[in-house]
Formats: sequence, structure tokens, C-alpha cells
Amino acid sequence: MKGRGVRGLFLVLLGLALLGCKSSTAGEQAQRAVETVRVASASDLKFALDELSAEFRKAHPAIELEITYGSSGNFYAQLSQRAPFDVFFSADLSYPERLVQAGLGVPDTQFKYGVGRIVIWVPKGSPVDPQRLGIAALNEPAVRKIAIANPEHAPYGKAAVSAMQKLGVYDDVKDKLVLGENISQTAQFVESGSADAGIIAMSLALAPAMKEKGRYWEVPLDTYPRLVQGGVVMSWAKHPKAARELRAFVLSGAGKRILKKFGFYEAEGPD
Amino acid sequence: MDWQAIALSFELAALTTAVLLLVGLPIGYYIATSARRPLRVLVEAVVALPLVLPPTVLGFYVLLALGPRSPIGAFYESVTGRLLPFSFQGLLVASVLYSLPFSVQPFASAFSAVDSRLLDASFCLGESRFRTFLRITLPLSWQGVVTGMVLSFAHTLGEFGVVLMVGGNVPGVTRTVSISIYDAMQSLDYGLAGRTSAFLLVLSFLVLAATYALQGGAFSPWSKKS
Repeated sequence: MKGRGVRGLFLVLLGLALLGCKSSTAGEQAQRAVETVRVASASDLKFALDELSAEFRKAHPAIELEITYGSSGNFYAQLSQRAPFDVFFSADLSYPERLVQAGLGVPDTQFKYGVGRIVIWVPKGSPVDPQRLGIAALNEPAVRKIAIANPEHAPYGKAAVSAMQKLGVYDDVKDKLVLGENISQTAQFVESGSADAGIIAMSLALAPAMKEKGRYWEVPLDTYPRLVQGGVVMSWAKHPKAARELRAFVLSGAGKRILKKFGFYEAEGPD
Repeated sequence: MDWQAIALSFELAALTTAVLLLVGLPIGYYIATSARRPLRVLVEAVVALPLVLPPTVLGFYVLLALGPRSPIGAFYESVTGRLLPFSFQGLLVASVLYSLPFSVQPFASAFSAVDSRLLDASFCLGESRFRTFLRITLPLSWQGVVTGMVLSFAHTLGEFGVVLMVGGNVPGVTRTVSISIYDAMQSLDYGLAGRTSAFLLVLSFLVLAATYALQGGAFSPWSKKS
């Protein structure tokens, strides 16, 4: 009885293993036809990059994008250990800069693609009106938990803390802070109602998944260090030409239009 | 080293183990002794779920279940006036669920290994089920109970994914040692990450070595193995 069960399980596993072989060879064949560019991207770009990559695919059908989202600091640490990504989009220009200095990023591919903005976001049903109250919304008693990104390593978290300090509310609200691992988790904390308010990237507040679900107030740009977003192509990129195509597309008119739509200011200056 | 996070992790692990002892003993006893097979199998399967499910699944449900929009979260808020997510209590709930199989399974297997003739003898002498459990089953299965407690403690100490998803990283409240190491790494502070990791590694090794020595009967208060 028991023996038969084990044999049956073995057969099932064998079957699954065979299926696995088949699909992986099919995958290899597909890969030969197109070039895959592996992208590590700051999570504030999530929705903008979804749209960008759809447009990019139309223009370059032979290039496949494989995008991983996470926190910029985390990617920087991984890329310093030669993580298998070809292009890095960071929420903080300093990370690509440091990668280039370390000889890991290709110097002439370093680029700025936008300036990030932060907003105070509350869910739709919230009794607090950030558009009327501005930063004082955080001081409201109805706001018991405020989600921000971890200021130790997430650029948006640093910006949030700096803005609260500059606007004089930090000491009053610091005990209400909960920290998201990156800016999308921060948005998720407040979108789910677990936190009453959040300081998140405008690009997420404008994203289809969040737009209808809450209200926001833009934190004045001069209260926090400029969130210059930048990227770089890694020196070990498998298809450097395809990676450069992606970089060029992001900086092109079409790319800029999409980034603007998702709340990124245009980055001025060369690069 | 982030002593605050280390202390918090130990507090969380100790409380989780205590709760699991209270919750796990009856469940383990039920699984070991129940004759009603279909129900017992279901209970066993539910208890074992956290072994199979990724922490993300548990984290997802726990975050939604604890939030103020869920009945559980709303009830807790109306009773205590506080929110469960991002609180130590919320983390405790998540940890208890996450480590449940690590206590219940050793408990249950130890209980079912107890010679049933001893139990029958106790019942024949007129002892109640509860007294029989306390005087016979528990002393005879102490090794399994200790194993379950050590595993729960260790598993909670090493908990990462669920805490990352539901904790909110509040220093002294939900920033456990695993999160603190992750933060240190992300801030590129490899020195701090390395020191805390080494401390945890050595400590975990010592605790486990001590437990296995204890299980080997070296310091057993009951059995006199040579």
C-alpha cells in the first residue's frame, strides 16, 4: 500500500521533471531569436516603466525586457557583487555614479532621467484632508501611523524625513512612523489602510492602481534634497547594444512624455 | 551591534514560544489521541501549512487580516483602541502562526509515542484525562516538548519575510534582528551586518548544541540513560 503510494509519487515527479525539460528547451529557442535586457529598477518606476516597456517593445520587437523592482540601495549592494542585471534605474543618482567610479558601470552610459517628487497620500475614506492641511495633516489625531520608506537606505525615505524636519513636524510625528522596505511597500502600507497616511512617490500616487483610491498633497520641492533619478548600463551587460537602445528610448521624446505623465520632473543638464 | 533589535527578537521569540506552549499542547494532544480521523487529518494539514507556504502568503493574509478594514483588526481596535499592524502584538500573532507546526508536530509525535498501557493503567486507577496528561504523558514526552519549544524559539528568531511584510520596521517595536541585519546590509554597513550576524550565528549554534546535548539525556532529570 505504502510502496505503491511512493511509486505513484515518483512517477508524478518524473512526469513533472520531463515537462520541465521540454519547456526550458522551448525557452532557449525563443531566447535565441530575441535579445533579453535584464533591468534592475527602483520601485518608484514600477508603473511608469510598465508603460515605457510596452512602448519600447513596439519600437524594438527583437529586444525583450526582464524587469526586477526593488530598493535602489539593495540593487546597489547586489550590483557591487556583480548581480546579473544589464541596466540599472536608480531613484538616487549617487548609486550609478558610485558604480561607475568602481568600474562596474560603463562611464559614458550614465544618465539622468527625471526628478522624483514626494506627496502626502491618504486613502479615500480618511477624515484628513491633506490638500487643505498640507504637512499639518500628519499632526492630526486621526493619523496614528505614517508610512515612509526606510530613510537609512531608500532615497524617498530620506526625502520624507528631510521634508518633515524642514517643515517642523518631524519631532511631533516621529513616533508614528512605520518604515517600508522600499517606496512601493510604503505605498502598499497606506493603500491597504494599515497606515493612515504615507509619504510616497508621486509616480505611485499617479499610478492606475492608486489614483482612484486616495488623495494627495505635493510636498514642496525645496524642502528636501533633489531626487535626481539616474541610471547606468553595467559593464557586464550581455547585449550592450540593446541595453543602450533602452537607455536612448527612456531619454527620447516618447520616454520623457511617459515619465512626465507619472509625475517625474525633467532632469536638466547634460547626460 | 543593534542590541535593541537583538533584545526585541529574544522577547518576541520567548513570548511566541510561551503562547505556542499554551496553544500547541492541546492541539498536539488532540492530534496524537483523536480517533476521529477526517477531522484530525484536517487539523494536521492546517497546522502544517506554514511549513509549505512561503512567508509572503502568510504576510499577505496577516497584513490584510490585522488591518483596520478587516473584522479582526476592527474588533481589536474597538477593544484596545490601538491598531494591530506595525505593533509588537501584531508581530506576535504572525509569529505564532508562522511557528505553529514547529511546536505542534514535535509535541504530537512525542505524545503518540507514549505507551498507551500506562495511560490505560492510569485511567483504571481513576485518574482524570487531565491528571493523566500532566502526570504521565507530559513527563514521558518532555524531550519532544523541549524540542518543540526550542524549534519555535529558533524559528521565530530567524523569522524574516513575514516581519518584513507586516512589521513596518519600527525601532524597539518591530525591528527584529533579522530586519536590522538586512537594513545594515542595505545601508552598505557590512561591518555592522557582519558583527550582528556572527553574534547570531554563534549564539544559535550554542543554543542548538545545548539542546541536543540535553536531548541526548546528558542532563535529563527523568530518564537515566547511561
